[in-house]
Amino acid sequence: MKINFSNFFAISFLLVSVGVYASPEEDRELFHDHFEKLFPNTEYSDYKNGVYSIDSSSREQWESIEDFPPYEINVENGEELFNTPFKNGNTYAQCFENGGIGIRQNYPFFDEDKNMVMTLELAINNCRKKNGEKPLSYYKGGPMADISAYMAYTSRGNKINLEIPNNQKALEAYEHGKKLYFTKVGQLNFSCADCHVYKTGIKLRADIPSPAIGHTTHFPAYRSGAGRLVTLHERFAGCLSRVRHKPFKAQNEEYRNLEYFITYMSNGLEINGPGSRK
Amino acid sequence: MNRRNFLKNSLMTAATITTLAGLMIKPKRVYAGWPKESFDITDLSESIKSVYGHDNLEESSKVKLKVPDIAENGAIVPVNVKTSLDNVESIMLFVENNPQPLSSGYNFSSKSRPIIGTRIKMGKTSTVMAAVKSNGKIYTSAKEVKITIGGCGG
Amino acid sequence: MSTIKIRAKESKGAVTVKALMKHPMETGQRKDKKTGGKIPAHFIQEVVGKANGDEVITVHWGPAVSKNPYLTFVYSGSKGDKVELKWTDNKGNTDSKIAEVK
Repeated sequence: MKINFSNFFAISFLLVSVGVYASPEEDRELFHDHFEKLFPNTEYSDYKNGVYSIDSSSREQWESIEDFPPYEINVENGEELFNTPFKNGNTYAQCFENGGIGIRQNYPFFDEDKNMVMTLELAINNCRKKNGEKPLSYYKGGPMADISAYMAYTSRGNKINLEIPNNQKALEAYEHGKKLYFTKVGQLNFSCADCHVYKTGIKLRADIPSPAIGHTTHFPAYRSGAGRLVTLHERFAGCLSRVRHKPFKAQNEEYRNLEYFITYMSNGLEINGPGSRK
Repeated sequence: MNRRNFLKNSLMTAATITTLAGLMIKPKRVYAGWPKESFDITDLSESIKSVYGHDNLEESSKVKLKVPDIAENGAIVPVNVKTSLDNVESIMLFVENNPQPLSSGYNFSSKSRPIIGTRIKMGKTSTVMAAVKSNGKIYTSAKEVKITIGGCGG
Repeated sequence: MSTIKIRAKESKGAVTVKALMKHPMETGQRKDKKTGGKIPAHFIQEVVGKANGDEVITVHWGPAVSKNPYLTFVYSGSKGDKVELKWTDNKGNTDSKIAEVK
């Protein structure tokens, strides 16, 4: 795989140069152009399939697993948990629009009342808190991942269309997420973009890093190695550990803003979560 | 009765008996319980001997084994086996370099078609072998599956 | 909730049964990170597949079958058949489920 250097510089320059902010829409177009040049044979809609959109040799194995994926057990359990009323008799459905069905694509969004990015999993825990229940853990699979998987499953085929409101705080959250994406961190000195923008399609040890577009469509993901579901923020933590950076806490501002930025980059893609990944 | 007719008649009789047998007799298991001893053995040829009582294997293009060349993750390696051989009693899967090579066994009845699929664990790069027992003989097909040490994934 | 999910479909006289079972499939060789001791083996040893009460397949699994194991097999049958799967693990636990062939 050849690295397109002119593109490399174009992206670094436009996205990272201090003070020269491109609009989110300009960023997104630049991203798309970059991947279009890198993988001319990949249809845009196929980026929802992550690395399998660019790696045909692993795609066959993945499709074999997706034919009857292990996460079906989690989706079923998630549905049961979602429909089980809290001790006060209320349900999750009452906390969400459309009873929580088919709404995964509407998260994350900028909550203008709270002045922060609201993610689906944080909203699930806020719903619990409002009803006097203890929050669920974002780590190691379990009920949070199962409920999130069920909510994603009911939203399959719905397209992500994240709109950033004309609000200074929302733009700041987006810019913060973008900055995190391009900032080199950890003892290994890697940024997210190093692997998923510039080196995607090339082997990094034995792995081909997935393209940056489509990262949020299929979470939570059932990771073969872990043998369980992994939430998006737990995955972020895994990436940071890999480059030897101390992970942030799930649902803190860094991760939420990062999720906000990469979701915007995936605008127009369908939700296909949960997904199985190696 | 000429020889041809005699053969034809006996074949038909045999076919009728087989069909009747299929209808009347409940298929019996090949072996009674879970073969602990075979599953515990750590050497491939010992493991084969333990399952069949011998290790006379014959490679056959009629055994179709589908495994990936490079496994995405050794924790879930899809394996599919089918065969055009007839009277198949069982299909066994062996993974040479696993701590215990016998991975799994599939014992058929007269109703089964000799097609199976599963997902197995592999600790390291190894030959995966499917062994089909047909008409008392063992036919095999083997392929190497590479297990890589991944760092990221996703 | 059952630990077994079954899909069974007939086409041209052949019924393809696909099943997923919820089970840890512990090999007995993994170490518990907290205690340092080995996590005891815990895996499904036998799966028996029946169609309308007749046994069609007996599967023997070792610990090297993946977690939440998957099984597919094919038998000669028809739509409406009742396919039953029953697993038994090394601790003697068992579960079964019946599904109708579509």
